[in-house]
Amino acid sequence: MTGLRGGQPETGIAPGAEHAATAEAGGTLRAGGLWTDAWHDLVRRPLFWASVVVLVVMSVMSVVPGLFTSQGPNEGCNLRWSKVGPSAGHVFGFDVQGCDYWTQVVHGARPSMVIGLAVTIVALIVAVILGSLSGYYGGWLDSVIARVTDIFFGLPFVLGATVVLVAFPDHGIGAMCLVLVVLGWTTMTRVMRGQVIAVKDAEYVTAARALGAGGGRVMFRHILPNAIAPVFVVAMLNVGNIIAGEATLDYLGVGLQYPTVSWGLQLNVAQDFFLDYPHLLIFPAVFLSLTVLSFILLGDAVRDALDPRLQ
Amino acid sequence: MWRYVARRLLQIVPVFIGTTFLIYALVFALPGDPIQALSGGKPVPDSVLQALRDRYHLDEPLLVQYALYLGGLLTGDFGETFTGQDVFTLMSEGWAVTAQLAITAWLFELVLGVSLGVLAGLNRGRALDTLVLAGTTLVIAVPVFVVGYTAQLLVGLKLGVLPTAGIDEGWPVSYVLPGLVLGAFGLAYVARLTRTSLAENLRADYVRTAVAKGLPRRRVVLRHTLRNSLIPVVTYLGIDFGNLLAGAVVTEGIFNLPGIGQQVFSAIQSKEGPMVVGVTTFLVLAFLLVNLIVDLLYGVLDPRIRYAGSGARA
Repeated sequence: MTGLRGGQPETGIAPGAEHAATAEAGGTLRAGGLWTDAWHDLVRRPLFWASVVVLVVMSVMSVVPGLFTSQGPNEGCNLRWSKVGPSAGHVFGFDVQGCDYWTQVVHGARPSMVIGLAVTIVALIVAVILGSLSGYYGGWLDSVIARVTDIFFGLPFVLGATVVLVAFPDHGIGAMCLVLVVLGWTTMTRVMRGQVIAVKDAEYVTAARALGAGGGRVMFRHILPNAIAPVFVVAMLNVGNIIAGEATLDYLGVGLQYPTVSWGLQLNVAQDFFLDYPHLLIFPAVFLSLTVLSFILLGDAVRDALDPRLQ
Repeated sequence: MWRYVARRLLQIVPVFIGTTFLIYALVFALPGDPIQALSGGKPVPDSVLQALRDRYHLDEPLLVQYALYLGGLLTGDFGETFTGQDVFTLMSEGWAVTAQLAITAWLFELVLGVSLGVLAGLNRGRALDTLVLAGTTLVIAVPVFVVGYTAQLLVGLKLGVLPTAGIDEGWPVSYVLPGLVLGAFGLAYVARLTRTSLAENLRADYVRTAVAKGLPRRRVVLRHTLRNSLIPVVTYLGIDFGNLLAGAVVTEGIFNLPGIGQQVFSAIQSKEGPMVVGVTTFLVLAFLLVNLIVDLLYGVLDPRIRYAGSGARA
């Protein structure tokens, strides 16, 4: 399909109109068409490529840190080098424990990336299921789900997370993920519900139903593909928020704990020394911000590419 | 209209109970005996222990404890901490600080955020627009505690123009820097939202009509476009006020402000259940009421939205 679309001029409104016609004819081209159009739009955006490059580097760093550093986390530390600034051979200097800071920062990528992606995927699944049920069936089910969403939406993030994490003192990556999912699924659920409601009365859905399609088929084949794009965008933008939130909890001391190595923990330690040893603050802050920034730029680019009104 | 308000207020009740119960249950689940913690682990006579447990209903099941707590709330009683201090009195001291901080941050969001957004939206595609976009993206991406430390380091200590800790100089001087840090994220978001909304509305038919009628640009932008563009911004500003109150904990920590966030954060760690629940209850209530007010404001800004259903059914 990509090859077929690639041969056509990308200007003007023609592709959209053509796809609308395809969709009205009842074909499944539309979902592919939307994403293919978006892809063609994306590959022309330099910011998209910049963020992809950063995220690929960070992902590789979190999966195979051995490519970037020969040492493991908290290895080869010597208190004699505590807080010593950058020098040749140790470009990032040393942390408070006298560990090579570059090594520590490289190993700090994993918790952020794992938590950011895992939480977003799980929360997205929860949101798609609850939002679809709520929007499609309406009635009392909708009311119940809406109220439960309100309850969790009203919980203040830092305080809610702190209470949970103190109540369950196992601060592993799994516990962090759980907390962030519990506090992070509401917005996407609301967006999904709104989308399903907007789509479920469309003519092609009525047509499918008239042709005898059952609830499940209508939902998965007709409503879901047409409703999911905005939720997907919110999810992508959310990865950055999750990573920043995780780092905030680490920084407050209620998140991941030593000996886990994470950017948030490094910033937590840096707070007492950053006036005299700014490198302790700068390096993890730059890595963390760059990752969050890349996810936001990626989400922005995908949203713009998917939203024909802005083109 | 009043029907709508009544319905919304009724909807708040289950949400309020649900949220407070959730927090209550979690605090209930906190490990460790708070009474034992009071004595610092030293042995306490059983009679004293039992008297204290009875006083705080610690032997009752969770639901009974929660019902007793709710009953107290209805009579304006927020309970007392395990050291016998009235939670409401303790909170009110912290609240003054946090409210001042949140209002400062909110004013930054409103004034700076909307102004920057309007400037960028009116100059879409030009250098100023790009500058605002790049700056706001950066602010959104950098976590608030990093912004806080950097601001403290650069503005406070290197330049020495603003106080960096405590509230000795009162409002607004002591709150300028913390307020800016707390509001930075929202400010950037408001600017982007205003920009997008304004740029979209400037292409609307009614704007073309207004221009065609020969209205001066100033009037077209201020009276016609801006008013419509501000609807999503008002929503965000309203919801964000609750977030500012709740998110103040990090900023208060950095700038050493004795606000509610600091109080509740140390209360969680010292297992002061009544304090945690009290503060959270207050926050949730503020959050819900602000949301209601925002929804009501919609009608003022956008006459098309007259509280769906109220006109038809009433």
